[in-house]
Amino acid sequence: MSIFNYLRKRNATAQVAKERLQIIISHERSQRNTPDYLPKLQEEILAVIAKYIPISHDQVSVHLERMGDSAVLELNVTMPDEVLA
Amino acid sequence: MAKIIVVTSGKGGVGKTTSSAAISSGLALRGHKTVVIDFDIGLRNLDIIMGCERRVVYDFINVINGEANLKQALIKDKRIPELYILPASQTRDKDALTIEGVEGILDELAKDFEYIICDSPAGIETGALMSMYFADEAIVVTNPEVSSVRDSDRILGILASKTKRAIEGRAPIKEHLLLTRYDPERVEKGEMLSVQDVKEILAIPLIGIIPESKAVLKASNTGTPVILDEHSDAGLAYQDAVARFLGEEKPMRFVHNERKGLLRRLFGKNREDVLA
Repeated sequence: MSIFNYLRKRNATAQVAKERLQIIISHERSQRNTPDYLPKLQEEILAVIAKYIPISHDQVSVHLERMGDSAVLELNVTMPDEVLA
Repeated sequence: MAKIIVVTSGKGGVGKTTSSAAISSGLALRGHKTVVIDFDIGLRNLDIIMGCERRVVYDFINVINGEANLKQALIKDKRIPELYILPASQTRDKDALTIEGVEGILDELAKDFEYIICDSPAGIETGALMSMYFADEAIVVTNPEVSSVRDSDRILGILASKTKRAIEGRAPIKEHLLLTRYDPERVEKGEMLSVQDVKEILAIPLIGIIPESKAVLKASNTGTPVILDEHSDAGLAYQDAVARFLGEEKPMRFVHNERKGLLRRLFGKNREDVLA
């Protein structure tokens, strides 16, 4: 019995497929309703901040979230340690 | 009031045309006057699946351009009285499809037919968008395989945002999942996504499961919609799907693997062969 289970598990790639799909689809769905200007907006905000603080691309994130009939534009900037020191 | 149904999938080769042929035939067999339209401009194939490839004179684009009228372009099926086919153009480019042109044809067909089945091409280009733009319901054909499921989800996004119903803010298109090329044996071995997995990911109601079947190739070889092969597993599965589409309750078949005895495993033929 155990050997059968072992063999079955080794071939059970469907579970992997399901997990990969759940991740990529939830990511793609979250992108689906964002306006086209969001990446450009992020670029420009990054450029402004970079004028004053040494910062890299992945330290700024811009999200647009809908709540009922209003939308919240959320801007997250991770400050480098040396600025705070 | 005619109902417009798009058969779509995003990914190619999952069974859109096979399903369009089977479902339109199934509806017509039940006495509903039905027309099936090929939207794959430049790569028409519905005609050859339906077995009427030698009877094509005028096509969809000819009608849009006013070079022929609908009556001249529609092909009446020789087997099923209530069934008509509108073939796609084989030569001209797909930009010939315009919203106004398609709308004009659909409006005219709606006066005469109960169901208008739109067989979408693969991809998300003009032909695909036009085939779904005016739809009331969508049959999303999906294989239990990662690329097909992902593309189906993308199509669901487009149905919910880029179609006439979505743009006008009317009731959304009614979506149905049709799972094709399903192999219960591989599912039980954990090698293939199960119907529950796909349902959970796409989150739309299931209208049918079509098993992987030799009958499908046999049907396309002879230009017969597989639903007319009444003894085949795929034919029965399509009949069930049509019944569910019309609101009947039918338990899902072909979900579980039928265990074969040792002797049948050694000497028996495949299920489809025995039945056919």
